[in-house]
Amino acid sequence: MLIKKRPSWALSYSDITPESVYLDRRRFMGGMVAAGLAGAGVPRIADAAALPIQGESLSFTAMPSFSTDEEKTPYEDVTRYNNFYEFGTGKDDPARYADEMSVDPWSVTVEGECNRPGNYALEDLVKPHDYQERIYRLRCVEAWSMVIPWIGIPLADMLQRFEPNSRAKYVYFETLYDPDQMRAQRSLFSTIDWPYREGLRMDEAMNELSFMAVGLYGKTLPKQNGAPLRLVLPWKYGFKSIKSIVKIRFQEERPRTTWEMIAPQEYGFYANVNPEVDHPRWSQKRERRLPSGLLSTNWIETRKFNGYGDQVAHLYKGMDLAKYY
Amino acid sequence: MVLPMPLFRALVFLLAAGPLILLIANIATGTLGPDPGQEVTEALGLAAFQLLIVTLAMSPLARLTSWSGWIRVRRMLGLFAFFYAGLHLLAFLQFILGWSDLWATFTKRPYIVLGSLSFLLLLPLAMTSTRAMMQRLGKRWKPLHRLIYPAVLLAWLHFLWQSRSDITEMLIYGLVIGLLLVLRGRWFGWRSLIPLQAPPFR
Repeated sequence: MLIKKRPSWALSYSDITPESVYLDRRRFMGGMVAAGLAGAGVPRIADAAALPIQGESLSFTAMPSFSTDEEKTPYEDVTRYNNFYEFGTGKDDPARYADEMSVDPWSVTVEGECNRPGNYALEDLVKPHDYQERIYRLRCVEAWSMVIPWIGIPLADMLQRFEPNSRAKYVYFETLYDPDQMRAQRSLFSTIDWPYREGLRMDEAMNELSFMAVGLYGKTLPKQNGAPLRLVLPWKYGFKSIKSIVKIRFQEERPRTTWEMIAPQEYGFYANVNPEVDHPRWSQKRERRLPSGLLSTNWIETRKFNGYGDQVAHLYKGMDLAKYY
Repeated sequence: MVLPMPLFRALVFLLAAGPLILLIANIATGTLGPDPGQEVTEALGLAAFQLLIVTLAMSPLARLTSWSGWIRVRRMLGLFAFFYAGLHLLAFLQFILGWSDLWATFTKRPYIVLGSLSFLLLLPLAMTSTRAMMQRLGKRWKPLHRLIYPAVLLAWLHFLWQSRSDITEMLIYGLVIGLLLVLRGRWFGWRSLIPLQAPPFR
């Protein structure tokens, strides 16, 4: 490892393979497979070729000091393989059904312990800020992980504009609830009490890593990835990074979060990535970095706080992380 | 029934092999997504579970349609279920565990224990599925093979335990299994649902 002034997990931005290069490579390989199969006469199940990047282009400043140099997860994997239970529990359900959601116009209700509550149009929320690009690791509680280039705003910058008061100990977030647009919310036997809820302690929300994303891979967020506004908290399991946010509330008492409500013995309020604390149903010591393969699974060791301990470990000093998981 | 037995048998074979054929085709075309090990493991487990239920449906179907052809493909279906369950276990060990953490996984994790028990119950059924074993076991063969009832219930619990936010699908599977067991109980007597017990007089 080279010794650099940057934190241990950061990398040089120029080291990253430009997306056009690997997209071309994947397209090429997809074409080879397709050609081979056409010869063999086997019907193709689906189009494996790379997707062009969708969305509106955003202008942003790259933030190498907040970015990892690990290989990025390809765009089509980031956008076609994820969890967004409002659209179904399958990994491909969000990509398939998120189009049923309308994100324009969009507004966010801000309420609770702050001096500037109100209903803010998305444009007014983001306009005063310059966008940054941060390449973060994302560790899912299900033991897989990705590396994603997000475009967005430091969460602290946005929250400070609402002037939270001294009683604001926690900040609560809510996802859109609209069964007409989100088909899984219509299910009769869902154990989720919609809307999806998340929350952070104020000092966690104000940490420099906490990020409010509006885009990925240089363009606005695809709907399945939580358009138009979502959290990204790279040291916590992915489910904390709530998508398609419509409500922000500052409050004195700790909010109850969706997964904590469903299965408190499996999912806690903090949900910090921690290889030392197993999920009751599986080990968290390792993760499959995606894309992974059949012939060799792309195992990597899971790091405490997902490798972001330098930035966030101080938030949890003195806490028993096996108890506050 | 119009369908000649060899043709029916071949058709059932193809249908039962369908999940495997589909998986192989998807692997060949690289369409399993970025986490193919997980996909393969899930697909094999689901195939095993569904085939177990199909196997369970054969004798009710035979009675409803008064056609014994269903019974004559039952062994093949059961063996397919066992085959998929075995592959599912191997896939889990290879792709999800990476052959690590074995002891903790198979002792501490209840849904894994349930799935493993289900597979262990199927093991003697697959081993005694031959005509020779049937003859050797005689009257004990049938009570032994009633182990498929606890096996399918354990498999159902194994799935239910993992359905996290929406249990609709597992409720439907549960209804189908329940219906098949109730039909059997009403037609053949509730005692006929208890595995391993001495056969009632005939």
